[in-house]
This record gives sequence, C-alpha cells and structure tokens, in this order.
Amino acid sequence: MKCGLEIHQQLSTKKLFCDCDSRLSEEVKGTVTRILRPTQSEMGEIDRAAVEESIKKRRFVYEITDNSCLVELDEEPPHDLNREALEVAIQVALMLNAKIVDEIHVMRKIVIDGSNTSGFQRTALIAVDGYLETSFGKVRIPTICLEEEAARKIEERDNVVVYRLDRLGIPLIEISTAPDMENGAQVKEVAEKIGMILRATRKVRRGAGTIRQDINISTGQGRVEIKGASRLNMIPKWVDNEIQRQEMLKKIAEILRERKAEVPDDIYDLTDIFEGTKSRIIEKELKKGGRVLGIKLVGFRGVLKGGEFRLGRELADRVRVIGIKGLFHGDELPGYGIEEEVEEIKKRMDLREGDSFVIIAAQEDKARIALERVKERARMALVGVPDETRAPRDDGSSRYLRPLPGAARMYPETDIPPIRIDEEYIRRIAANLPKMPEERVKELVEMGISRQDAFQIVRDGMDDVFEEIVKRYGYPTIAARAIINGCDEVDYIRIFQMLHEGKFAKEAVDDIVLRACNGEPLEKIVESYASKVDVDAVIDGIVREKEDLIRERGEAAFKPLMGLVMKELRGKVDGRIVSEKLRKKIGELLSGA
Amino acid sequence: MQEFQEGDYVEVKTKKGVFRGVLLPKPKFSDDDIIVIKMDNGYNVGVVPEEIRLLRRAEKREARREIKVKFREGLPTVSIIGTGGTIASYVDYRTGAVHPALSAEDFLFTVPEIVEEANIRASVVFNILSEDMKPEHWITIARKIKDEAEKSDGIVVPHGTDTMSYTAAALSFMFEKLPLPVVLVGSQRSSDRPSSDAYLNLISAVKVAKTDLGEVVVVMHASSSDDRCAIHRGTRVRKMHTSRRDAFESVNSMPIGEVSDKVRFFREYRRRDDDLVLRDRLDEKVSLIYYYPGMPLEVMERMLEGMHGAVIMGTGLGHVASEFVPLLREKIRDGMVIGMTTQCIYGRVNLNVYSTGRELKHAGVIPLEDMLPEVAYVKLMWLLANYEPEDVTHLMRENLRGEIEKRRFLK
Repeated sequence: MKCGLEIHQQLSTKKLFCDCDSRLSEEVKGTVTRILRPTQSEMGEIDRAAVEESIKKRRFVYEITDNSCLVELDEEPPHDLNREALEVAIQVALMLNAKIVDEIHVMRKIVIDGSNTSGFQRTALIAVDGYLETSFGKVRIPTICLEEEAARKIEERDNVVVYRLDRLGIPLIEISTAPDMENGAQVKEVAEKIGMILRATRKVRRGAGTIRQDINISTGQGRVEIKGASRLNMIPKWVDNEIQRQEMLKKIAEILRERKAEVPDDIYDLTDIFEGTKSRIIEKELKKGGRVLGIKLVGFRGVLKGGEFRLGRELADRVRVIGIKGLFHGDELPGYGIEEEVEEIKKRMDLREGDSFVIIAAQEDKARIALERVKERARMALVGVPDETRAPRDDGSSRYLRPLPGAARMYPETDIPPIRIDEEYIRRIAANLPKMPEERVKELVEMGISRQDAFQIVRDGMDDVFEEIVKRYGYPTIAARAIINGCDEVDYIRIFQMLHEGKFAKEAVDDIVLRACNGEPLEKIVESYASKVDVDAVIDGIVREKEDLIRERGEAAFKPLMGLVMKELRGKVDGRIVSEKLRKKIGELLSGA
Repeated sequence: MQEFQEGDYVEVKTKKGVFRGVLLPKPKFSDDDIIVIKMDNGYNVGVVPEEIRLLRRAEKREARREIKVKFREGLPTVSIIGTGGTIASYVDYRTGAVHPALSAEDFLFTVPEIVEEANIRASVVFNILSEDMKPEHWITIARKIKDEAEKSDGIVVPHGTDTMSYTAAALSFMFEKLPLPVVLVGSQRSSDRPSSDAYLNLISAVKVAKTDLGEVVVVMHASSSDDRCAIHRGTRVRKMHTSRRDAFESVNSMPIGEVSDKVRFFREYRRRDDDLVLRDRLDEKVSLIYYYPGMPLEVMERMLEGMHGAVIMGTGLGHVASEFVPLLREKIRDGMVIGMTTQCIYGRVNLNVYSTGRELKHAGVIPLEDMLPEVAYVKLMWLLANYEPEDVTHLMRENLRGEIEKRRFLK
C-alpha cells in the first residue's frame, strides 16, 4: 500500500510568461477558434485517418479576457520567465529541503486537449531531492516544478470545446512526493503541511481551485490517480475508499481466475426480446431507433453486484464517459422494469449457472463501441486493478475518468533561454525565507490564543492579519474566533479598527463578520449597529433622571449609574466608551456646566 | 576524463547531488561550466558536474520512417519548392533542434492530407532564413519555377515570412506571363507545435495552386482563428505584425480572395496565360532609404553614391527636408531614377499639396502613388535591368502588376 501526492498551487504574481494579472475574469472581449494537431513524431507513422479525425472532431474556442494578451493567444512568443514566481518556487524548494538545479530549462509538454493554445504546457524543473518532516517520518519530495496553468474550460459541445484565457499562464508550483504514505490520514497531513508552507510565502492565490491535489494510490497492483482531490477533510475518505476498491478488485480477480472466467467476443442483438418492454429507459432508446445489444460474461455471476462486490459499477463507468446510461448487468436483473426478458436473454446466450451478461440499449454503432469498452474492462477484471485516472465524488467515492496517461513527451522551449541559478542568488533567498508554519504557530500562541486556533489561522494563511490586529488593537481571542469562523473576503483589520473606535461592542464582532461574509458592505453593517442606539441620549436620560443622586453622592454616583446605563447598552457599545462618556457627563453636571 | 557523446546515459555528480539522464548537446547560450541532461522524467536540467560516469552508451538512432507517395490519376500536380524558413522545418524531440524539411516526404510529414488535393512534386532550392535572402535568391527561385512549370499545374513556394513580400514582388515583376499560379506561403508558428499555422496555410496554398490564377500571390491566415486564409496579390502584401498569424495584409487594397474549404475570389485577377515569360534580370544598384528628422545630408549622399536608382520612404505625403532638394536634383540630372513613397505605408503619395513636395517634384523625384516602398524598390531594380532608362521613369508610375491602384477606400 503506497500513496503519493502531487500538489499544484497557483501563485499570485503576474503570469509566468507575460505581464497579465493572475486571476479569473468574467470580462470576455471576443473569441478566436483554433485547431490543434498531433505533431509529426507523436503520430509515429502517418495515420491520415487519425489526423482527419482530430481535425474534424476538435475545434477550440478561446474566450479573450481583460487579463489575457497575445501571449496567451499564442500570437506572441513567451516573455522571460517571471522572476518573482521563480523566487517563490525557489523559496518553497528550500523550505522543503530540496536542491536547486544549476540551470533551469523550460520544457514544452505536449497537451492537445485544447487547454493550452500552443498545444503544449510550459514547465521547468526547479529542484530535486527534497523532503518533508511529518509525524510518521520523512516524506521524500523528488521534484519541484514551476509551470503554467491551463486555460479554464467553460463548456463542451459536440465538436467544440470552449476555454477561457483568464487562467492560462498563471504560475503553478508543482510538488510531487514519493509514494511514502500508507493511509488517508497520512496523505491529509502531508497535503496540509505542504499547503501551509506554500501559503507562508504569501504569494499564492486563495480560494476555490487555486490549489489542487492529485493522489496516487497503489496496493501493489496497478496505479490509480485521483485527480483534483482538493478538499483536505475528504482526503482520508477518498484514500481509504480507493484502497477498499482496489482490494475488492483483487479479490474479484482471484475468484474469476478460479472459475476460469472469460469474456467471449460475440455481441448478441436482443432487440426483439424487448418489444413492449416495461423498462422506461430501454423503451425510450428503442423509440429513437436504438437497439438492445448484449454480451456474455462467463463465470462473472455474483461479482458484478453481490456482497462487497461491485464490478458492475466499474463496467458502467467505462461507458458513462461516452454518454451511455442504459447499461444493465445480470446481477441486477430482474429489476428496473426488465422482468420476463431475463429468461429469454439467458436462453439466447446459452448462459449456465455462474455466468452473467451485460446489455446496452442505444443506437447500434454507439452500443457496439460501448460493448467493446465493457469487454475490455471485464477482461481487465481477470487480472486485477487497472491503471486509471479517477475523479473524486462528494460522497467519498470516485469515478473513472480515463486511462492513466503515459509519460508525457517533452522537448525544450526554444523561445526561452536557460536561466542560470548562481549560488549567491540562492543564498540571498535562503537568508530571507518565510518562517516555517510550526514556528509561526508558536508565535501566535504567545499572543494569547490556543494552539489549536493558532494552527488553524496559520493553516489558512491568516496569521499576518491576525498579528496586525493584535498588535494594533488587542482582542486576541475575539480576533482568532472571528478569523476562524469568517471567510477570506472580510476586511478583519477594518472591523477591529472600528471596534477600537467604539463604533460597536466587541460582542457584535461575530455577527458583523457573518454578515460581511454574506456580502453585506461593512460600512452598512456597522451603521446599523450605531443607529440602533444613541449612546449620548441614553446617558443623558439617565443622568437627568438621577440628577439628585449625583448631586448627593458626587463622583461616587458613577458606579451605580454605570450599571444602569450598561443595562441598556450592553452588547451594543463598548463599555470603555460608555464609562468615558458617563464620567464626562457627571463631571459636567457637577461643575455646573 | 572519459570522452562522452551526445545521447550517452550518464550519472553526474554535482555539489547538489547526483543526477542521471541522457547527455544533451549544449545549448549555445548556456554557461561554459554547465552540462545539460534529460532526466528520466523528461525534464532537461543544466548542472555543474564534478564527476561524470558513463552508465550506457548512446543508442543508434532509428532512421525516420519513409513515406511512400503514390501518384494518383486524375489529381492535378503541384510543385512545392522549398526555400527554408519556419514553415519548412521539423523538430528533433530529443534535442529540441529544428531541422529543415528537405524532401517531398518532409512536407507530407507535416501536412499529410495535401496528397488528397494534388500529386506533389517537392524540391528544395536552398534552405536559408528569409532575412538572409538576396536578389540572387529571387532569381534562383524564379528559374526553378520556370522549370517546374513544365511539369506541374501550380507552384507553391514555402518561404520565411520576414522577407516573403519582397520575394513575392520580385517574382510578380519577373514573370510577365504566367501559365499557372505561383503561391508563396509561410508560417508564423513552427510546424513542430500542435498550434502551428503551417497546416492551414500550406493546404490552402495547395488549393490556390489548383485554380485558374495566373499571378504571384501570398496565402496566409486571414485572422487569428484557424478558419480562413487570405489570398494577397504579390505586389500589395506586407508583413504588418512581428508575430501574429494574420500578420500579412493587403495594403491600400483588398485581398483578391480567400480560402476556407474552397477557394473564393472577391475581385478581378489575371487568369493563367498560355505562355510563360520570365525576365529575370535585376539591377542591384538601387537603394531603399528611410528618411528621418535629423538625417545628415552626407548620409543621404552616401546612400545614393554609385546607385542607378533609389526609393525614398518620405514622411507624410512624401517629403524629405527641403535642404535635400538640391542634392536630389543633382543626382537626377546625372541620370539617377529617384522615386518617393511614404513611411505611413497606408495612403497615396502626393507631391502637389505642400511646397517641399512641389520642389521635389520639380527636381524630378517621381511620386510613386500608393505603391509599397519595398515593392517600389524591387520594381525599380527590375525596370532598370530590363528597360531603357528613358522608359523607367514613366513605367515606375504605371500599374504593371497590380502594384498601383487608382482608388482607395475606408475598408
């Protein structure tokens, strides 16, 4: 059982090869349409049919935004690699104890899904052989790369994929670990620690999609990558479920081998059996001129769906990606309105005890392609765990996306000269590294909050904001609570400044932060607090009411009066302000002003 | 120390640690102490070696796969005459080096589907960057076109984009009559990239080479999208952007047509002639002079020294400082042909509006209408070599190959 992580973090510097801002944009100024072609040596020999296919099938529309220029459009050669981004990458590499290469060479990694206008992603290896200290020992970090982010996919129609150029070219740091983790909890710890180191540079982008984790999991047979496992708290569940899935597949393989299971080639046309079927899905397909085709799975009974076994889901996944939903297998039938047909299918296919089958209702050519995929996957089941890229689901499971890609073909980016990294430059960066997260946590604890709160604030990269509030205005515990419960967009410093100015009471902070997170403008929220009570009027009223008492007891009347005023103003106004104003008012009365 | 060769699999000890990979040729601009290796993960890195150990000798490289091109009955024959440039190159993925396409197969390798359009005869006359081209190269290309014209139905000339419009103008004038289309084509993105414009440009050029056109044209992207190519007249076209796909424009004019799936002509064009007439002499004693404020008289004088003709790119409607007038008058009196174009590029020269213009005209400077400066330069070289001196002056103002138009429009 081995797990590795690959983390991609967007940086907030300018883009990697031009001077555009690294952010998303809703301002689309126009589009261009492009075609990408596999380049010569990628095709091996010339397969004209394949080339034509690629031309006909894929058209890419790129939306031009206010933060994209001719570089993103592949209409101008890349500029020099952004030095600020390089410096951040080197900082991170040093914090991960890695060794910086002497000369950086930018490479082109061929990607022709359209996510990059050029047909390749530019990427450079910055450092090698690092490691991270964890609670379970050292985790090795073989490579740290700096690369450009892909364009953002907006929509996919039949032969057209629409991408937006806002995201293309944002710098990404890619950190790959060795397969040194053994369970979900360890993977989570590593992801969290690396995330904290990245945020410590203060040069990373924040928010959804700005950091992405891919998890590699192998239980000794096959390798699976869960792509985009970005929610830290879900990581243990995703990992543990994937381990279970792989164990299940290994058991199934054993059973199938024992039974001498096989997947015959024949495809049966069963359409006539389904005349007048009660199955809605099949009826719908038949109405559209579709057919019901099926294959025999010799020795597969019970492993498609039964007990802990769920091979049927794996088969369905493979055809779902080509848009087929009407797949049924022998372990779930009769059911779904398919009843008496089952016996007829068994007869037609000459099924014996222990055999099963799969049927698909769709247009004939599509159904045939789909069944080929089912056969292919079923044959893999005889071996065990296939190499796959999978996407995480919210419920902790994952679904098949595509086969694991082979090693990417890379060749040098000749438009960018190699960058020499001299020792002096590294020494200078090393001397000014941001503090490691553990150290920062300690510092925050010393400001008067719990270790747990301090950890959370550092993990979220909010420690600078917290520190500034405490240094300027105090309120460490209130500030910690506000930041932990709040969200990124809130201007915490301004809130505490206004608290300090007495615009509202400290008890109101939680509510103000909550409302600010919901998008209410800060000034308006605070106004609503201030207008609720007229502090001076309340004090005036009470002072007038108790004038006799004040004249009788002089300054000593403050304490009982303070109690009365606070009864009305508690939670609305800071006590300190109230006491100041009350003292002044009593003084005025006594001095006869 | 052991001798290592490119392609050897080596282990390199450095101060930073140990690196393993394939030894690569050193890039021109790397520092002297650096060696470059391709690591197992595909990345190239430069390291300063302390010790290098050979793990495995370089493997013999497999020869590139040959493609057999079959002759197909019923398809026209198109000759592709390679001259170099971005469009005619392919990359060695191991080293990243860009190599020239040298044979028919190399072109087919780039755009295999052109065999659906035509039977291809391919040859390479030379392989140079277009900035290195000289008038002698234009002549070589012209003679090769004449040879190929006997064996094919259309000519395509892949060419570097920097000076493609000069070559197009030169060929336009040199061929007085053409029995087939001569199509120059280039690319702004090398063909080793999946996003290269070479595919669409080359296939569009082949389509144009199959039409009834009897002119020299340039076929390049019409917009930033990969959907259409414009057909520019060889005497009207100019590279107007350093890097965009649609860098080529017809100036003071419109493209004569465009290619998407099919070829469509928008306006009048010369049809294929029955004969081919090539007048391939050029007089290289012609200057192209960019006037600028503060240009010393001696500089102009030196640029005119020993020349038979000159084309000036003047300011605005076609001016140079009035102190230059006596010099120009003297040179023209001595027999030099001097024409005036504008550095505005767009618009027509007019020497009647301002007094300096009138003085220049009076001195004998020829206002060259709306001709592009580079086209005027090439035209003058050609006229001086092929016509009597007294005819050159009026022929410079006459429209011979579509290089001068009488009317211009707001798009």
